[in-house]
Amino acid sequence: MENLKEIESVVIRFSGDSGDGMQLTGTQFSNTSAMMGNDIATFPDYPAEIRAPKGTVAGVSGYQIHFGSQEIFTPGDEADMLVAFNPAALKVNLKELKKGGTILLNSDAFSDSKIAKAGYESNPLENGDLEGYQLIKVPIDSQTLEALKDIDLDTKSKKRCKNFYALGMTYFLYHREMETTLKWINLKFSDNPALLKANLAAMKAGSHFADTIETVVSTYKVSSAKVEPGKYRQVNGNTSTAWGFIRASQAAGLPLFLGSYPITPASDILHELSKYKEFGIKTFQAEDEIAAICTAIGAGVSGSLAITTSSGPGIALKGEAIGLAISYEMPLVIVNVQRGGPSTGLPTKTEQSDLFQALYGRNGDSPLIIVAASRPNDCFHMAYEASRLALEHMTPVMLLSDGYVANGTEPWKIPDVDALYSTINHKMLDPEQVDKNNWSWIKRDPQTLVRDWAIPGMAGLEHRVGGLEKDFDTGNISYDPANHQRMCTIRQEKVDKVADNIPLQEVEGDESGDLLVISWGGTYGSIEMAVRGLQKEGKKVSLMHLQYINPMPKNVGNVIKNFKKVIVPELNMGQMVHVINAKFGCNAIAYNKVEGLPFKISELKEAFINALSEA
Amino acid sequence: MTENNDLEYKKKDFSSNQEVKWCPGCGDYAILSAMQVALTKIGRKKEDIVFISGIGCSSRFPYYLDTYGYHTIHGRATAIGSGVKTANPDLSVWVITGDGDGLSIGGNHLIHAIRRNIDMNIILFNNEIYGLTKGQYSPTTKQGHVTKSTPYGSLDRPFSPAKLAFGASATFIARTLDTDSKHMEQVMLEAENHRGTSFVEVYQNCLIFNDGCHAEYTDKNSRGDHSVILTHGEPIIFGNELKKGIILDGLSLKIVELGETYTQANCLVHDKKNEMLASLLVSMDADPEMPKLFGVLYEVKDVIYNDQVTEQIAHVKAKKGEGDFNKLLYSGDTWEIK
Repeated sequence: MENLKEIESVVIRFSGDSGDGMQLTGTQFSNTSAMMGNDIATFPDYPAEIRAPKGTVAGVSGYQIHFGSQEIFTPGDEADMLVAFNPAALKVNLKELKKGGTILLNSDAFSDSKIAKAGYESNPLENGDLEGYQLIKVPIDSQTLEALKDIDLDTKSKKRCKNFYALGMTYFLYHREMETTLKWINLKFSDNPALLKANLAAMKAGSHFADTIETVVSTYKVSSAKVEPGKYRQVNGNTSTAWGFIRASQAAGLPLFLGSYPITPASDILHELSKYKEFGIKTFQAEDEIAAICTAIGAGVSGSLAITTSSGPGIALKGEAIGLAISYEMPLVIVNVQRGGPSTGLPTKTEQSDLFQALYGRNGDSPLIIVAASRPNDCFHMAYEASRLALEHMTPVMLLSDGYVANGTEPWKIPDVDALYSTINHKMLDPEQVDKNNWSWIKRDPQTLVRDWAIPGMAGLEHRVGGLEKDFDTGNISYDPANHQRMCTIRQEKVDKVADNIPLQEVEGDESGDLLVISWGGTYGSIEMAVRGLQKEGKKVSLMHLQYINPMPKNVGNVIKNFKKVIVPELNMGQMVHVINAKFGCNAIAYNKVEGLPFKISELKEAFINALSEA
Repeated sequence: MTENNDLEYKKKDFSSNQEVKWCPGCGDYAILSAMQVALTKIGRKKEDIVFISGIGCSSRFPYYLDTYGYHTIHGRATAIGSGVKTANPDLSVWVITGDGDGLSIGGNHLIHAIRRNIDMNIILFNNEIYGLTKGQYSPTTKQGHVTKSTPYGSLDRPFSPAKLAFGASATFIARTLDTDSKHMEQVMLEAENHRGTSFVEVYQNCLIFNDGCHAEYTDKNSRGDHSVILTHGEPIIFGNELKKGIILDGLSLKIVELGETYTQANCLVHDKKNEMLASLLVSMDADPEMPKLFGVLYEVKDVIYNDQVTEQIAHVKAKKGEGDFNKLLYSGDTWEIK
């Protein structure tokens, strides 16, 4: 094995037609790497169309995985290896490949017509486009068919095993153990023996073939990462979100109700929660976005932990109902898995451009608690936190996630939920303990300003709630000018006081310095890596990553004061920077990108260095 | 269900302490009064009764009842009611809506609640006008009607609420009118007793913006000739002297004079369980020559969404056992780092 090289981390990008099984291939690779003890991060990048015309750039589906023996925070800026199943995949993804990187391509797919279909004017294998890259040309289609020639299966089905052939090759090249995937194939195709056999054979044949070409290409070994001891598993952000809600419902001792309407990239939360009826979860796929939140409001006033999940366009439709929940002062969690906007925008691409919508997207003065998840695993924690704050403060909470966090996966050290996620102190009354003669539904705790929660079925506490303004004392309709002023103030103060019930803001790095980077949401991974890189170079840069956005932790203003400059990188046209500057009267620099893609560490580093050097 | 027939409520037990603020003479007062009487008879504890409304004059209704009440947003009461009933199927859920709230802005939720057959009562006050926004035409306003927003006459073809409900697969369709307290009480009771979505249209007069819109069916002199009070199992006859009847003529309904040629024996007998008959009855709304039908037009049994939700959960629990979160956390592929 003279060509074996030991390296710290590798980025591989699988790409092909939407129907080629790239997401599956990538998932297998990442599962195996995680099981082998590497730290990983993944990034699925797929088109909005389910099956765009075959062989066109519109239909290219990709899956990038970054695995290493060090802590991995992002799926990687550039790929070390690109696996391209057809010319369109090569065309779309070549720019994502490192100069000098390796391309493993399916040479069977490079016919003149397919090359033309991808929009190439000349054959990229011959026109010099690929100069400087290490090229592994393999006739994957024909070699897969050859390997499966003795299996009784039609040619079309055999050809569909080519992703496992390619996977087998990459497993060999990167010294991946095949057991996890072979086990998976056995389980997946247990009711179809021919397909089972074919996929196993294709995978093994791919691996053997790579062995034969080893003398011409290098193979790589990536050792296990030194990560905290414990039991691990993998979850993507949407699954993690769903599980956070299940746990919150247990911690509160309340049934979980989800009212939802399918929308990319949030639907997987609905799919996930609909699986777990054994937890008593009720999922309601409503007729539209408005009905989705309204059924949740109905469940919430009846005593459930009520959730509604959507993405930006759906949140726009829910605006009036969110206002109603604010006016009712009832617990409700609204999830926005953000995607590129405006309007339908870029359904499958990530963005964090709905912060203003979350903060200001309703009529009237209608303050909303807002929290944001920073990475796939953090979705569990923040979904739990969103539920906790809604139930403890009797007001709706919006959880901001995004397409990148929702679909990304990383290893997750399974938390001790019995110790860490066990109690939510909701405000539901015990009717036996209430002095019914002196009670009104709007009675508040004088400290927190939180009202009691009485639900239908509680005798003697019957009351009427509406979206009309309510009298401070009785809760009845009131048009009194001073009362309206008072109620608006109370609703705002109640949300402000949530700051007493959230952790103080932490800073990564020194508490003072030349540059403070303020970030929020799914950009955490790349920003953290960029800041850490500069810190290693001796730069006085620190990171303040916000999980609690409204209200912010009480010490945020003080943190900002201790830095000479502040920069706010965001995947939008500049929203948080606006909030920070307005709130703290500072002069933070905006750094923005809206390409539907995550930040690259390199571009962030450059931006931070520029910020440091500017007078 | 916490049915209790020993409950002895009086009408005033269902009056809240709120001053009722509809226009003097509004038909809503009569509906409220009939409802308060009906609630004393349904055998449900008042803490288990929930009224949910949208926006509009009719939607102030819950404020005046001493039950749980939620005044919501325009058009969405049926969706919120669906959530209440699905979350807690033990409650008696009533949705109060109007022709604008329920058929225009809330039309989508109305048909889907009916389609799911959620066990709740939807009471739609139909005054063929927008009252609270001060007099614009609604989806039930008659063509040609002059309103604030149709100074040259309304062009829209109106809905028949009953036919819409039938098209959405309703399992209970009834109609009543604000001038007949006893009939309203009776229909409300039957609506509550029906399991599944009960759709009740109440002809209601708006004194200010559409006075007399249902006069044909409410005036002493004309109502006999223009309306039929349906009774299950009885022939469909009407007229001031009960001298008119409805017969089946081919695939159509026809009005006949009862006498020598036709007698009661020739008339259609109302069968609220007959779907074909119901399709003919709800189509009568489109024919101005035909009388209006009041009472229960249609009632059948079908699967109920909230029942199915409960059953599915019980079924999965029986099969998989009660959910164990730690088991879920450790399910699938896990690995240990030492």
